Amino acid sequence: MMAIETMALPVRRLEWQLAHVREIVVETISVKSLRLHVTGWQGHRPGQHVDIRLTTEGGYQAQRSYSIASAPEDELLALTVERVNNGEVSPYLVDELRAGDQFELRGPIGGYFVWTADMGGPLCLIAGGAGVAPLMAMLRHRDGQSSRPLTLLLYSSRCLDDVIYREELDAMARCDPKLGIVYALTRKQPEGWTGQRGRIDKALLARVCFPPEQNPKIFVCGPTTFVEYVATLLVELGNDPLSIKTERFGPTGG
Amino acid sequence: MEEPPISRGFRSRRQEQTPKNRVPPGQYVTMDFPVLSAGPTPLNTLEKWTFVVQLGGSQRGKWNWTEFEALPQTTKKTDIHCVTKWSKLDTTWQGVTFDDLLKEAGLTEPPAPYIMAHCDGGYTTNLPVVDLIDGKGMIATRYEGLPIPAEHGGPARLFVPHLYFWKSAKWVRRLRFMERDERGFWESLGYHNYGDPWKEQRYDGD
Repeated sequence: MMAIETMALPVRRLEWQLAHVREIVVETISVKSLRLHVTGWQGHRPGQHVDIRLTTEGGYQAQRSYSIASAPEDELLALTVERVNNGEVSPYLVDELRAGDQFELRGPIGGYFVWTADMGGPLCLIAGGAGVAPLMAMLRHRDGQSSRPLTLLLYSSRCLDDVIYREELDAMARCDPKLGIVYALTRKQPEGWTGQRGRIDKALLARVCFPPEQNPKIFVCGPTTFVEYVATLLVELGNDPLSIKTERFGPTGG
Repeated sequence: MEEPPISRGFRSRRQEQTPKNRVPPGQYVTMDFPVLSAGPTPLNTLEKWTFVVQLGGSQRGKWNWTEFEALPQTTKKTDIHCVTKWSKLDTTWQGVTFDDLLKEAGLTEPPAPYIMAHCDGGYTTNLPVVDLIDGKGMIATRYEGLPIPAEHGGPARLFVPHLYFWKSAKWVRRLRFMERDERGFWESLGYHNYGDPWKEQRYDGD
């Protein structure tokens, strides 16, 4: 992968900071975005995540990681959270948390699953379910640039109602001939649906993704089985494994 | 932050039967076995697989799969802790201890104080040798009595369970002795150089 230069940066501890909940956006029936103000936030790169920490009255604490969905340029930091049934933290964030609440957060974390405009394209983003969140940070960041690389978002959801950020994504694509969005609906398709029915498969990847010769920068994020499956197919289609960056997540304990 | 703010309405759902001293701070117990890797799972054939111990520019030991399987085997049942917050209790791993590997390579003692583990896919991680000797580290080839699935690092992964699990590098192929410590993959990307879960050394500066 990656010849990574050892950087002699001064070691700065990632301190816990207070995040103030400014707004909660209902994205789907099980997903909300928390729009946060974090005093002294030092910025992030699209694709990075944060750790959050909740504390009960009894002093018990729970920590989880969530991807950042907002662009570095956005005023508020957005986390998109999917409710994991029987989870400990996500049901609290999705069902209990209100504007005006606060919790602890530290970050940004992760420097590999990252895309910034200077890295260029073509950019191939493949999402399964809530795995779209860090890719949305990349798309929002890209949308603010004067020059944008050719980009594809291939996004698998169970049904149209489960598509997170749908209006914003469609609006982005409408104004941007260099951005293509392909939805794959695995369980239920609306009447007259002309897009992909069922899971992302090899034929779809071969048809819609940039050919390996164009050296696309590929980011795949979603549940483990989804990422394993898609990443393996991409390698089979001739993509350099080192060009494929993956983030696998949840639902695990949520 | 001195006093963490109380999260209004937040209640613990922690399983109280879990003994507190088995779960490091900030971790939760999972029954699943999540997968975390920076890239695709490498496709490996055992016929082409080799394992190398390297000192400076020279190979001190090299085994093919059949030879490696014939090395002395050790089984270890222990808990594992991932930096992404999950811990898994009572996992059983089998493989070749670092001590046995040194012996088989004809080394009576470790020739240098640090190790870089090199893996398929270009992943690396660095460790002090003292964290591998005396039975502390092994090259594992079995999980719960079966070959380790590729997505969990098979055919062979480093196993150093007293450190966060990214140090137990998947798809390990080569151990390189180093006179001076160098940072591996995640260690160069903001993660802690050592990674002791009991001290919660997740990120640089922790």
